[in-house]
Amino acid sequence: MNLLLKGGRLINPFRKVDGIGFLMIENGKIAESGMEPHRTGKSGRKGPPPDMEVLDLRGKIVVPGLIDMHTHLREPGFEYRETIASGSKAAVAGGFTSVACMPNTSPVNDNRSVTEYIRRKAAECGLANVYPIAAISLKSEGACLSEFQDLKDAGAVAFSDDGNPVMNASLMRRALEYASSLDMRIIDHCEDRNLSAGGMMHEGFVSSEIGLAGIPGVSEDVMIARDILLAEFTGAPLHIAHVSTAGAVRLIREAKIRGIQVTAETAPQYFTLTDEAVRTFDTATKINPPLRSAEDRAAIREGLRDGTIDVIASDHAPHARTDKEVEFDYAASGITGLETSLALSLRLVDEGILTLPDLIEKMTVHPAQILRIPKGTFADGADADVTVIDPEKEWTVDRGLFFSRGKNTPFHNWILKGKAVLTIVGGRIRYRDC
Amino acid sequence: MKLNRKDILGIQELSVDEINLILETADSFIEISTREIKKVPTLRGKTIINLFYEASTRTRTSFEIAAKRLSADTINISASTSSVVKGETLIDTAKNLQAMNPDVIIIRHSAAGAPHVLAGLLKQSIINAGDGAHEHPTQALLDMMTIRSKKGGIAGLKVAIIGDIAHSRVARSNIYGLTKMGAAVFLAGPATMIPRNIEKMGVVVHTHIEEAIREADIIMMLRIQTEREKQNLFPSLREYAQYFSLNPKNIGLARKDVLVMHPGPMNRGVEISPDIADGPHSIILDQVTNGVAVRMALLYLLTGGSNS
Repeated sequence: MNLLLKGGRLINPFRKVDGIGFLMIENGKIAESGMEPHRTGKSGRKGPPPDMEVLDLRGKIVVPGLIDMHTHLREPGFEYRETIASGSKAAVAGGFTSVACMPNTSPVNDNRSVTEYIRRKAAECGLANVYPIAAISLKSEGACLSEFQDLKDAGAVAFSDDGNPVMNASLMRRALEYASSLDMRIIDHCEDRNLSAGGMMHEGFVSSEIGLAGIPGVSEDVMIARDILLAEFTGAPLHIAHVSTAGAVRLIREAKIRGIQVTAETAPQYFTLTDEAVRTFDTATKINPPLRSAEDRAAIREGLRDGTIDVIASDHAPHARTDKEVEFDYAASGITGLETSLALSLRLVDEGILTLPDLIEKMTVHPAQILRIPKGTFADGADADVTVIDPEKEWTVDRGLFFSRGKNTPFHNWILKGKAVLTIVGGRIRYRDC
Repeated sequence: MKLNRKDILGIQELSVDEINLILETADSFIEISTREIKKVPTLRGKTIINLFYEASTRTRTSFEIAAKRLSADTINISASTSSVVKGETLIDTAKNLQAMNPDVIIIRHSAAGAPHVLAGLLKQSIINAGDGAHEHPTQALLDMMTIRSKKGGIAGLKVAIIGDIAHSRVARSNIYGLTKMGAAVFLAGPATMIPRNIEKMGVVVHTHIEEAIREADIIMMLRIQTEREKQNLFPSLREYAQYFSLNPKNIGLARKDVLVMHPGPMNRGVEISPDIADGPHSIILDQVTNGVAVRMALLYLLTGGSNS
């Protein structure tokens, strides 16, 4: 099917395009894009060909398909929490045409067969593009490197032991060096496990009051400091996952100024909530890294504004009710995020922290560049991955309506503004709510 | 006056009026325990469940005696003998208990917030008998009752709480209660056991016991858990006893009429020297006696009783 999207506000951060424009999709590719009024295409013909569906998108925003570079799709091994199929449905419903999935499955994605399995499953359900991130170390145990080259050939786009930090600095050094030689990036979950041991929430006044064991911000910061030093020493690029502290933002900002190849992401929960949300002992607020203090949240927002933080990713971590409907101490960590990430991020635009093009850049161009995937722009001939956003649409978060199997969200019943209403992957409409 | 709440989860959410109501009601109940026949029919036909997921002698017995003196039927469930060992969740256990129509469920649990889970789920009254390092409201109420009866009031007193503040639900509940009632609260303990920003709760923090107990009216000693030594929270019990115990030497820094409290169980010779525990300043066993009265008052008020 061929499509002409016209009348919407076209934002293509890679080309610094922002204005009322049109987008023509033919055979799954971007045939042409430009500013309105749409007169004559390069092909010289007048108006759209007769077999083309024309969508009038006045009042809507048309952006390159959004990319969520940090999700947990749970398959293989934890299908009761999420499957690649349910996660892909959640992705396109949330406006994401591409997602990268973390390797903490069972078995861990530390070898070609698991990477291929994930890709095959994703192709079978044919909704979002799914990019596997493979483990740095075998079983993510932090001892032996996995087969980076073989994993890359099988389709892995980056390496991470997410969920676990790489505690061994020597292993991290070798991983950075080896990945760099393959033009691949290491994504580190930065947490010093000795400092965070036993912790349930951010260590601060709230934890002191409610008596939950604390995870100090410095447990994240010391690992980021170490990784930055190793990135500098090896000259290898490094990506920091789910940044949550003011100290982390400062360290990354300074590293960037010194020219070290470091990029960073944060998640909507870290610029939206604080540890105050944990006071109710709602296990939906239990995540790792934990919800931090108001000062940390302010620093995350400033880091997004000044460009220190390159990417917004959801850290989509679906869990079953059995994982969460227990005492806070025993609850699993994680928030299901694919279906709320965009609307929560759009609040940054409303609050004047980011311009809309800057926000879209952090959800398209930057993750594509970090993962080295050919996505995130409207170049002629590129895969026609497109997200159409209705910026005015108000909706109430209802976890019961999530496509994701994970209903674990602290945003249940929140009224949010802005929603993906049309998600096009490879030229095909995969989600439509308009 | 009635207590208009379903549950007692913590001192944090209680108002000064509510605390006074509970303490006054408790005062009126103290006499029952001194009678020849220590029983009144007030709660006849009520069923009270003691659901204890953590070991306890004092608190569980105190609740049970309180309920029995009011003629309620009591059932004790401890984690080791219940279906918890078969893997049943807290929520399922609670729903099953609810299905048997009790009136009050008293819960102790090692996880902070566990009573709050039940309170949100069940129509029964929930009393928190200690949740992790969060709150132990009946302990703070019995402590306040004891202080009030010995000193005639709480406002204006200087109270020192000494020991492992970080892991102590007794400390948290007492900080909430005592500061609400107008006492000045001073804390001391090893720096490793002082939780971050705790001074925002309206207390003064010291790292030496001598500074905190100087001119104190009340000294509350906390139990030191011996396993904290392994977590490097203090180097050794020997050093702890040397620098953080209350003993005949340093008690002279406090006021002459200082009263010494301890929530029990005590480590004699570690946080408190036996001479002090058994000495003239100690009101440790008065605390235990008052515990029954406070718990009687709460059971009475939560099941609809009023203070006339």
